[in-house]
Order: sequence, then C-alpha cells, then structure tokens
Amino acid sequence: MNGVHDMGGMDGFGKVEPEANEPTFHHEWEGRVMAMVRAMGANGGVNIDSQRFARESLPPEVYLASSYYQKWFLAIENQLVERHMIGADEIAAGHSLHQSPPLQRGPFTLNDVKRCEVRGSFGREPQGPAAFKPGDKVRAKNINPVTHTRLPRYVRGHVGVVERINGCHVFPDSNAHGKGDNPQWLYTVVFDARDLWGDDADPTLKVSIDAFEPYLEKL
Amino acid sequence: MAHDHDHHHHDHDHDHSELSETQLRVRALETILTEKGYVDPKALDAIVEMYETKIGPRNGAAVIAKAWTDPAFKKALLDDATKAVNTLGHVARVGDHLIAVENTPQRHNMVVCTLCSCYPWEVLGLPPVWYKAAPYRSRAVKDPRGVLADFGVTLPKDIEIRVWDSTAETRFLVLPMRPAGTDGWSEDKLAELVTRDSMIGTGLPKNPTELKS
Repeated sequence: MNGVHDMGGMDGFGKVEPEANEPTFHHEWEGRVMAMVRAMGANGGVNIDSQRFARESLPPEVYLASSYYQKWFLAIENQLVERHMIGADEIAAGHSLHQSPPLQRGPFTLNDVKRCEVRGSFGREPQGPAAFKPGDKVRAKNINPVTHTRLPRYVRGHVGVVERINGCHVFPDSNAHGKGDNPQWLYTVVFDARDLWGDDADPTLKVSIDAFEPYLEKL
Repeated sequence: MAHDHDHHHHDHDHDHSELSETQLRVRALETILTEKGYVDPKALDAIVEMYETKIGPRNGAAVIAKAWTDPAFKKALLDDATKAVNTLGHVARVGDHLIAVENTPQRHNMVVCTLCSCYPWEVLGLPPVWYKAAPYRSRAVKDPRGVLADFGVTLPKDIEIRVWDSTAETRFLVLPMRPAGTDGWSEDKLAELVTRDSMIGTGLPKNPTELKS
C-alpha cells in the first residue's frame, strides 16, 4: 500500500537525533508490547508480514504521531480483534469475557522463549528456476497494490542491476494476507542514485533493495 | 524521557496522561491474553530480559573483532555470514539470511529499513529509536552524507556510499575497517573499538586513543 510508512526519499522530517546511552526500553510497557508481539507471532497468532501490514494500515496521522512501540501496540490490538482472538468488549473491560480460538502452536510458555533467540528461516524450496542472474539489468515494476508490498515507491519504474541472488523466500505480499508462503526468488538489486533522484543526486551513492522476482521485469 | 515522544507533544501534562493511558491499555491486553491462556507472563518477562541483558551489539562486536584478526573467518563471514557466525562458540547463534558487507577505502556501507525497522537483532540487539524514526528512514537512501553529518561523521568526497535498504528478511551487518594502530591487539580488546553504529554504517569504530587503558 502507498502509505506514510514508505518513507524512502521523503523530505522534511528533520535531523537524525541519536540518543546517548539509550536504554533498551524507555518505558516498562514497551518491553511488554515487544514480548507480546513476539509471543503471539512465535505461536502462530499473527505473522511478521501481517503485523507489518497492520502497522502500515494505521491512519497516517496516528502512524506519524505515535512512538514505535505505540504503533506495535495499536497494530497487534487491531489484528487480534480482526482475527476474533480478542473482542472490543474485552479491551473495554480489561479482561477476557469469552472463549477464543487457540493459537496454532498452543500457549506461549517459558519453553518457547529459547526459540525466539534465533530468527526463523524465510527460505523455501524454489517453485522454478530463477528468472534473473547477477549482472542482469532489471526494471522495478510500477505496481501500486493497496495490499502489503515490500517494493518501496522510490524505486518503482527505475532500472537497476541484479547484484546477488538471496535464495527463494516467503513472499510477504501473499503471507501478509493469509495466502500462504508463495515462495519467490529474492534478489539484491542496485540502483544508481542519479537514476532514482536525478542529476543533482550524490554521484557516489548507490542504493540497493532486496526485491522479490514478481517486483522485477527484464529489460 | 523518550525523545520520540517529545517530538510530538509540546504539552508535558498531555504527554504524561497519554503515556499512562498507553500503559493501562498495554496492561489490559496482557491481562486478556494471559486469561485466555495465550501467553504466560513469565515467558514475556524472559523475552524482555533476553533483550535487556543477553542480545545486544556486543555479539556483533565479537564477530567483527574475529574478522579483523582471522582472514579465513573474514572470508567465510563475507561468503555466508549466518554460517560463519554459527561456527563461533562465544557468540549466540543467528538465524538465516544474515549478510556481512565490508567497508573498504573505496566503499562505505550503510544499512536502513525505509519501510519499517528491519535490523539484525541477533547481532546488534533491538534497534535504537533513531533507526526506526522518520528522519533516518526517509533520508538515508537520498542523502546519506547528510545523515552521516548528523552523526558527526565526514567521509572522503570520492568514496562510494552504498546504502542497503532492508526490504526483505535478509539482514545486514557492516564490517567496518580495522582502525590503524591496533597491530597485535587481542580480539577482546579490538571488540571494544567496535561501536553499534559502526556496524550499521552511521559511525566508525573508535580510535585506539579513545579507549581507556
């Protein structure tokens, strides 16, 4: 979706402000939100792509005005309601009021924590040969789906070069919407900054994205 | 006080009431999920503790220091970072799709996620607020030298800047250049020079003179 989350190349957000000795969490609740999202993801209540789509789908003014973990919280709450795992009445009451469907992999307990230390793999068996190879010139397609995609706006329509093949991966555009893994080849594609931003761009700059095969067309 | 909040709220009382409202809502959600048997709060405690005490940039620094002292490991790291890191006994295991990118006198690498906040948690811990915020995500792919200036870093005019936008589940770790004047240093001592930002590409390793002896 063409949301405000797709920020690459936007102007006006000001300086980057690093914080010296930044704590892991600025408030106790931030850690709880992070842990709940990890837990519900690990045991199959939500997945990483559906969570990203839920955050992107927050109203733009909310997205921009909320802190990072506020966005995580609003998105997980919305998603659990959408999936009938919690009810608006329960949120209002602050308690569980009725039966809910079980998590795919059961309750998240202490035994599951170890599994969260290492990321799961997104690599999948290829469904066919890779269409592109390193060195190929490709154009990022001009697509504008209202659903989840990981092709940022700033590269759409531009020509880049395939630099490496990263294997065949779960396709977020499908997985975010309950349509399964739909594995696709994943490529690192490099763009010259002048192709992206025009003649005034930094001539020493190259930008790469990792692009799934359906995002690309051969020149 | 979190500066990401300060940006958006000029009225401090308003800020506090909003934060406590969030806190109450988060607590309510945890209660609901616990009562439904979805999560054990003790397991949530353990996840929080893991990121507060165990998983952080020291893991990445150990990997970089090893690469600085062991050419065979460095080659393995650049070939397949996941596989290479998982051969190290003293660094926690990492999942698939980790990619190490090497800084050279000709090229400086910088990592961003313009679409959200993708970051190599296993080797760097949870990302700092600035990494997840709009100024960095918007500008890194268009004006990386301007971003570096915000960090007080100036690079030679002719060095290539390569920005890696983490748009998929690949994760990038920058292998910075080993600082001069560190011949014969142990891995442990070298690791002290490796800052988190130098592994994102928004900073450089510390100078040997910056280390307290």
